Amino acid sequence: MTAKLQVSSLNAWFSTTQALKNINVEVAANRVLAIIGPSGCGKSTFVRCLNRMHELLPGARSEGRVLLDGEDVYSKALDPSTLRRRVGMVFQRANVFPTLSIRDNVLSGLKLNRVKKNYQEVLERTLRQTALWDEVKDRLSSDATQLSGGQQQRLCIARALAVEPEVLLMDEPASALDPIATAKIEELIDELKSRYTIVIVTHNMQQAIRISDFTAFFCMGELIEQGATKQLFTKPEKQQTEDYVTGKFG
Amino acid sequence: MLLPQTDRRHIGDRVFGIVLPVLGCALLAVALIIFFACAKLALPAIEKLGVLRLLTGSDWNPVEESFGALPFIYGTLVTSLVGIVLALPISVGLALFLTEMAPRQVRVVVAMLVQILAGIPSVVYGLWGLMVLVPLLRSTVEPALGRWLGFLPLFRGPPIGLGYLAAGIILAIMILPTIASVTVEVLRTMPQALREGALALGATPWEAIRLVVLPYARRGIFGAAILGLGRALGETMAVTMVIGNQPEIHASLFSPGYTLPSVIANEFAEATGAVHTGALAALALALFLVSLTLSGAARVLIRSRRLR
Amino acid sequence: MKMRVHSAVRRVVNWGMTGLCLTAVLMALMPLGSILWLVVSKGARSLSISFLTELPAAVGESGGGVGNAIVGTLYLVVLAGLLGLPLGVGAGVYLAERGAGRLGSAVRFTAEVLGSVPSIVVGVVAYGLVVATMHRFSALAGGLALGILMVPTLARATEEMVRLVPHTLREASLALGVPAWRTTLSIVLRTAWGGILNVALLGIARAAGETAPLLFTSLNNQYWNFRPDQPTASLTVQIFNYAISPYEDWQRKAWGSALVLLLLVGLLSLLAHFTRRRSAI
Repeated sequence: MTAKLQVSSLNAWFSTTQALKNINVEVAANRVLAIIGPSGCGKSTFVRCLNRMHELLPGARSEGRVLLDGEDVYSKALDPSTLRRRVGMVFQRANVFPTLSIRDNVLSGLKLNRVKKNYQEVLERTLRQTALWDEVKDRLSSDATQLSGGQQQRLCIARALAVEPEVLLMDEPASALDPIATAKIEELIDELKSRYTIVIVTHNMQQAIRISDFTAFFCMGELIEQGATKQLFTKPEKQQTEDYVTGKFG
Repeated sequence: MLLPQTDRRHIGDRVFGIVLPVLGCALLAVALIIFFACAKLALPAIEKLGVLRLLTGSDWNPVEESFGALPFIYGTLVTSLVGIVLALPISVGLALFLTEMAPRQVRVVVAMLVQILAGIPSVVYGLWGLMVLVPLLRSTVEPALGRWLGFLPLFRGPPIGLGYLAAGIILAIMILPTIASVTVEVLRTMPQALREGALALGATPWEAIRLVVLPYARRGIFGAAILGLGRALGETMAVTMVIGNQPEIHASLFSPGYTLPSVIANEFAEATGAVHTGALAALALALFLVSLTLSGAARVLIRSRRLR
Repeated sequence: MKMRVHSAVRRVVNWGMTGLCLTAVLMALMPLGSILWLVVSKGARSLSISFLTELPAAVGESGGGVGNAIVGTLYLVVLAGLLGLPLGVGAGVYLAERGAGRLGSAVRFTAEVLGSVPSIVVGVVAYGLVVATMHRFSALAGGLALGILMVPTLARATEEMVRLVPHTLREASLALGVPAWRTTLSIVLRTAWGGILNVALLGIARAAGETAPLLFTSLNNQYWNFRPDQPTASLTVQIFNYAISPYEDWQRKAWGSALVLLLLVGLLSLLAHFTRRRSAI
């Protein structure tokens, strides 16, 4: 199996606090990698390093190597915005653009990057992929903020898919949603993985078991253990991992 | 596949990285332009008369090109002080009422009214002062003050209406919204826990204000007062319309006087010769520098409360 | 017994001070009531179509209006807007987007401090820059004075508005691969647009009420004027001239003009209020 993303000796800081310590991970193509761990362990920072969103925060920096299909994403010569079009991201809270309609939200990535496409085709495809089409097809011009929280989050996923990324990063995408909306998002992830490589941060271990092929367990900025999800949750190698997945701490 | 940074789209980022700081620096340039434009106009007068003569001389005679601004400085200070003395207690009372006492609906309405007060143009205050306040002072307030407080030199002399007192009262009304709103802002930053701590110890609401709220806000209120003073010093129209415009110095608040902004307003358009214009511009420059100092000091005071 | 007396005293003091604060509120609002009532009641008497549309009449002649002053005020604030809005809004965007460093702090402090520079001083500046070089009073000079006056307040208020845009929206856009500058223009500023419009309208409303910097820049004009290099009438200067005149008819017209001015300023503020309420932030 080929690795879509290879992360080696990745370190990250917020001013003087080190948020990630020497992380080495490989993410297989067309698989779902779940990142679990107690809050504040560096899960979010890790995914934000993969599309260079981390460096946008004041005082934040990182070093190490992240290869996307063998190309160094931290190369000086690289434009972060072309990287981000290949590595899409969905955030913890739905962040639809309040001034844009549902249609323009989905197409915003293409339009703002001045990419010419058959917009109508992209719109319908991504909204169908996120199971929103039937719910919104009659009100594509209305404000995106009128949708429910779960619908907004799926709209954000559709928006990320519209620029046709190869990797999709999801930072606790269901943490602010109710169980029904969460189930829809999980179903969606299962369908998306045939076409995309997905890295998802979750604080919910059941969710990790349900949706992921591989799991990495972070604690205090360190990668404690990684492996096939089934393996990691049933026969963890490290005591710390076992304590966490069995609910003894965290 | 991953495009390098020389991508055409990055030109936008570069342009933006230059244009935005330039716009920011333009604001700094505005400050310099104000200074130099005034200074350039003022130069002939400063060269001919000297700064000391301009600021301490007490005669103002355009015909003889003899310019001393003392009466205007005196008038500006007296009217501003009267304004502050009247406005400060009322503003603080208003701010306390808004933050500590009023129920929500009342608070919203009063805050809106105070905003409207702040939005009324200066010249309308002047009109009101001239047509309503001045006659009221002449017929009722000044005679009464003279009768009861006439033993003080402040309240002696014939009740004319036009004068320091009228200007001071108008200024008080005009700077009240400034002082009140800054005080409200300061009081809002106070942690609710401090207030509740005092109330939990059995203090009455007033005692909580006196023992906890006011000490906490003292510096901020002082800053607000200085900010108000800065506004009062530079206020032009309303004062010009009610002060009487006599370049004289009197102890009595009932007397007509003159202020720095008023003399600029009245004489600048018709100033004859570079020295007259220059003298007026020098006064503007002085006003500019004083207002910068006051408002700088006020900002520092208002902000420093957060460091306490 | 002693304790009970003591607590009664405390209660009375509490009520007394509450009463004093309430008195302060009434004292603060009394002038407002008086001003608004008189402007409306006295002003309404001289309000008529001809008052709003005609040129001023000479002393002794009846009738006449402030049509040219209304148009002049609008003309001046449009000039002021053209000069002041780009600079003020631009500096505000700079402060919000790139104003974290030392230069940003310096600009911010300057904006705050310049916000309380007396307007008459700015009039002198415009006189020095325009009137003294062109050797004539002009609408341009008045517009420049009002424009400069707008800048500091506008910059600070714009910064506040742009800062209200949630950081998550900026992140969402950047994560889509949109370059930073386009994110600022198309997402951040578009979201803050209602707020910026609100701030701009309030700035224009304030400028419309200014008098002092116009006295020796745009001066006054008895006739219609649309040329930037000519003196121009304005409502505020007209109110000043009418108010200090000894003629009863002119004083009546001062109240009428004051009502027109308050309506204009009020309308602009109201418009600002609605742009804010319809805004996304």
